[in-house]
Amino acid sequence: MSALTSHATRTAVSVTGLRKAYGDKLVLDGVDLTIAEGEVFALLGPNGAGKTTIVRILSALIPADAGTATVMGYDLRAEAGAVRGVIGVTGQFSAVDDLLTGEENLLLMGRLLHLPATERRARASELLERFDLVDAANQTPATYSGGMKRRLDIAMCLMGRPRLIFLDEPTTGLDPRSRQTTWQIIRDLVRDGVTILLTTQYLEEADQLADRIAMLDHGRIVAEGTPAELKRRMPGAHIRLLFAGAASLDQAARVLPEGTRDEAELVLRVPNGRGIRSLRDVLARLGDDVAVEDLSIHTPDLDDVFFAVTGTASKENNS
Amino acid sequence: MSALTFAAQDSATMLGREIKHSIRLLRLLIVSAIVVPVVMLLLFDYVLGGTIGHGLGDAARGAPYVDFLVPGILIMAVAGSCGPTAINVTMDMTGGFVDRIRTMPVSRGALLAGHVGGSVLRMLVATAAVTGVALLVGFRPRALVADWFAVVGIVAAFSFALAWLSAAIGLVTKSVAAANGLTLPLSFLLPFLSSTFVPTESMPAGVRWFSANQPFTAVVDSLRALLSGAPAGNTPYLALAWCAAIALVGYLWAQTAFRRGTR
Ligand SMILES: Nc1ncnc2c1ncn2[C@@H]1O[C@H](COP(=O)(O)OP(=O)(O)O)[C@@H](O)[C@H]1O
Ligand SMILES: [Mg+2]
Repeated sequence: MSALTSHATRTAVSVTGLRKAYGDKLVLDGVDLTIAEGEVFALLGPNGAGKTTIVRILSALIPADAGTATVMGYDLRAEAGAVRGVIGVTGQFSAVDDLLTGEENLLLMGRLLHLPATERRARASELLERFDLVDAANQTPATYSGGMKRRLDIAMCLMGRPRLIFLDEPTTGLDPRSRQTTWQIIRDLVRDGVTILLTTQYLEEADQLADRIAMLDHGRIVAEGTPAELKRRMPGAHIRLLFAGAASLDQAARVLPEGTRDEAELVLRVPNGRGIRSLRDVLARLGDDVAVEDLSIHTPDLDDVFFAVTGTASKENNS
Repeated sequence: MSALTFAAQDSATMLGREIKHSIRLLRLLIVSAIVVPVVMLLLFDYVLGGTIGHGLGDAARGAPYVDFLVPGILIMAVAGSCGPTAINVTMDMTGGFVDRIRTMPVSRGALLAGHVGGSVLRMLVATAAVTGVALLVGFRPRALVADWFAVVGIVAAFSFALAWLSAAIGLVTKSVAAANGLTLPLSFLLPFLSSTFVPTESMPAGVRWFSANQPFTAVVDSLRALLSGAPAGNTPYLALAWCAAIALVGYLWAQTAFRRGTR
């Protein structure tokens, strides 16, 4: 799904200059976002980047300190009530009622949305069916697995047929199979034509699901684009060589001029495009003269992307 | 439909949810709101009642100690629901349910209205059950029909007041343990520091003034007068005034705390 559809794409979410601080701590430092209707937009970032804060602001849970936002054409500040009418939100932490059964949870949502009784029941059983919760419909979530709870959570936010859905880290903490199921659910939702803003810490997840990705770091968007665009900016796999001193780093850099030096860490990163053959080649060129303290092989991951776009590692010490 | 109709509908939905919760947590609720007051009733009536009854003198108006005791036990039945109410509110606030509701077009006050309504219902059911037990163990009220109406009115007003106060406590606490702990003064300390078990005049000077002038004593004294058929004087009005004051403080505190949650 690209932006190049034949008809003009409408904007689902438009955000400019969003700022939020808690006391002295600046959490969002001028965020700009545009999400087109019908697309899956992923906010990718490590823990504490500000993903949940963005979701909470856009779902009218907390006010921003500065900036403007429109959601499905409504001004977030002036028309928060209308915004609530068209969005569905599944928060980072499960918000199901643990004392009600799965079906009662869905029916409760239906009542709060003022759906007529027949529609309420029909929609609830349709969602139970679709999310593979029919057998668990009359049990309380206490007996559910993490994946089932997550599915109920998402089903609850769909009772009102929202046109825009916020999913805050929908697969964090799930086992690989539940993750696959959740991915399939998200793909099916897209087919129905809804717009999705999803947050994730996993590059692979954003890559799998999103039409566009914005990478968030310390409350700033540090990169934005389609997965393909972002990958082009990523460093490939590399071999990381650690040295005991600046002299041996210099020596190695001379025989491996394609490497990137990190003087502070005494590290040389050499592109590793051809796996074992590159490794053999690097070792051969280093020969016996250059003393290498340590060697590790890196495949690109979120940290590499962050390294590429911010120049700093997203986490402390990842050697 | 008007906003008011929506608000009423949403509050009714939340009340229905609270009633379902109460049924699922029935055993827990029975312990705090019925078993505890009944144990107090039996303990004080059978075990300590002989001695206390003798010492009562004029305060008993010639009736057995159980007739003196029951009005205070009834407010313990009301206060016993404070803990569960605060806990339910805290769980909704910390467990993500309130955030879910806030992202939906649900009227603002509905969640708390449901909690307070459910709380009042639990308190009234508990009071009725404890009254039944009291009648079984020899409580003989001499109230007239009009007195009974006044009794029900005061119990309902007291329940409403404590329900709002408990909801507010639930809103400002961040854990179940804290919610429970902060309501203990309501369910245990204040009943003991009132005229529930002994007349306040018999208490040591340090606590006497407090006990004589705190709201639980006003409520207990009015119920005792009404249930024994004695002239109640202005005690029902004093009790209702206290209930109104507590309800107002609880309501305003709860509204502020609820709003403060949205930053
Ligand atoms: N209510 C709050 N009070 C103070 N700090 C907060 C609050 N909510 C979030 N933060 C801080 O804001 C930063 C971003 O948080 P969050 O948006 O939850 O990040 P993410 O969802 O990307 O992990 C974190 O450093 C967090 O500690
Ligand atoms: Mg988060």
